[in-house]
Amino acid sequence: MTAVRRFLSGGWLPSYAFLYVLFLYLPVIFLPIFSINTAATPKFPLSGFTLHWYEDLPRTPALLDAAWNSLIVGVSAAVLSTVLGILAARSITRYRYPGRRTINGLIMAPLVLPEVIVAISMLLVMLQLGLSLSLFTVVLGHVLVCIPYSMTVLTSGFEGFDRSLEEASADLGESAFGTFRRVTLPMVAPAIISSLLVCFTISLDEFIIAFFLTGTEATLPIYIWGQLRFAAKLPGVLALGTLLLVASFLLMTIAEILRRRAARRTQNEGGLYA
Amino acid sequence: MTAAAEGSPPWRMTRARRNALLQSEPVQGLALISPTFLYALILLVLPILVVIAHSFWTQNYLTIDRTFTLENYRIALTEPIYRDLLWRSLYISLTVSLFTVILAYPIAYFISFHGGRHKSLWLFLITIPFWTSYLLRVMSWKVILGYNGVLNSGLMGLGIIDEPSTALLYNSSAVIITLTHAWAAFAILPIFVSLEKVDRTLVEAATDLGDGPLRSFLRVTLPLSAPGVISAALIVMIPTVGDYVTPKLVGGKDGVMIANAIQAQFGKASNWPLGAALSVTTMLIVTLMAGATVLIIRALQRLAR
Repeated sequence: MTAVRRFLSGGWLPSYAFLYVLFLYLPVIFLPIFSINTAATPKFPLSGFTLHWYEDLPRTPALLDAAWNSLIVGVSAAVLSTVLGILAARSITRYRYPGRRTINGLIMAPLVLPEVIVAISMLLVMLQLGLSLSLFTVVLGHVLVCIPYSMTVLTSGFEGFDRSLEEASADLGESAFGTFRRVTLPMVAPAIISSLLVCFTISLDEFIIAFFLTGTEATLPIYIWGQLRFAAKLPGVLALGTLLLVASFLLMTIAEILRRRAARRTQNEGGLYA
Repeated sequence: MTAAAEGSPPWRMTRARRNALLQSEPVQGLALISPTFLYALILLVLPILVVIAHSFWTQNYLTIDRTFTLENYRIALTEPIYRDLLWRSLYISLTVSLFTVILAYPIAYFISFHGGRHKSLWLFLITIPFWTSYLLRVMSWKVILGYNGVLNSGLMGLGIIDEPSTALLYNSSAVIITLTHAWAAFAILPIFVSLEKVDRTLVEAATDLGDGPLRSFLRVTLPLSAPGVISAALIVMIPTVGDYVTPKLVGGKDGVMIANAIQAQFGKASNWPLGAALSVTTMLIVTLMAGATVLIIRALQRLAR
């Protein structure tokens, strides 16, 4: 009886939360663990510590190419989607007009559509238009899937933004551009940087769209995908994967700190989605 | 902007009126959003229309025959392979969204009602694994469930089993486990948001009026958080139906899903119209399933009150 009562009062929730977080993190933690293990197959018990797999990474030309490609694609996608995100987020938070919700819904749609279908639709159109597949087409695809995330980050930074500050600046004789540069921009800068980091991370990790839309050039996830066929290459892939995990983790932590700072400036709290 | 108004156009509009129009709120708002909107139109809406068009055409080697036909849909719906793959994909995505929602609800509840000062820290802690590469997360499940994997070697080390089990990897259960893990955070966030909106005084009122914790939860909190449950279910169900990586890496023969067949039509098999018809069919059926889910949850919500 007391057990039922305890269940109903929710006393089990903290331990459940702990187990749940463990379930979320445990699978991911195996990658770093086995990347420093001497054995070529990932299994217990661990056979010994080595950094050998990491030392091999910079000696692989194909990997360095893929890393360079990922960097180019990531930076271009981040900049483009953040610019488009700024325009849209500013329009959504600042103006009221008919069709606003529909347009917003359309821009956010890639978030909830199966990625394969988004990817093959774009592939069809690009082939029809006679565009040859390259890193450029990958960037086009990544921008489409990054915009919704950029919008979420930016609207949370723009919302609650005090419009009277801009009006005051205009009244005091500042031009529209001057107002933007000296009043608006400093207020929203953390949100913009946060959006850049989020989009870069998404692009860096994105596989499906890159897989369909790239020509012969590989990004890092595509390189990893190719290596997965070879069992002997697994430790190297685990090492590379670990580096990517760490990079994503760091970028997202910085992005979240900046986003919170931006939200605090405009007195608006909440999570990335809230 | 004013310079454009000066070159007296044929449909002469006074400068003042034109300026007023240009500075009106709807025009400025629309002008500002138009680049992003156009981008989505050209790279999302147009491509989807092209896919729909292709699904009614046929292909002879490299040329597309543009006469209208429903043949692709007949193949997609009646050929046993595609029908089975479609059913399996729907079954997997439905199971995964059920699991993720049921597992996520207590966490969202815990953070919202007992999170205290640390709410955003909890949310951050839960979302961070999901910003890591999806491909890598699927790969780690392969490492865990594999023949020589963590689970098998761990269980053998503990003496629970004598030889590695092959039942763990390369089947639809492996796909379901991996996807449930991969989409967990996406279910927590919408439920959390709707729980945050639940008026706490209503829960207190129910308790004051004699409802126990279970009854007040079932009659107040749960129905009020139904919108979050609905969006959580949809945000997991729709994308997972078209998942490609997970079935390819951990699904084996028994875990192949419809996205793998679609990819094959655009790759090796090179039958774009059939691939397009499979995509459209998948989207239509998952939309129906999503609609049914919304109706069922709404009906349950009404029953609970």
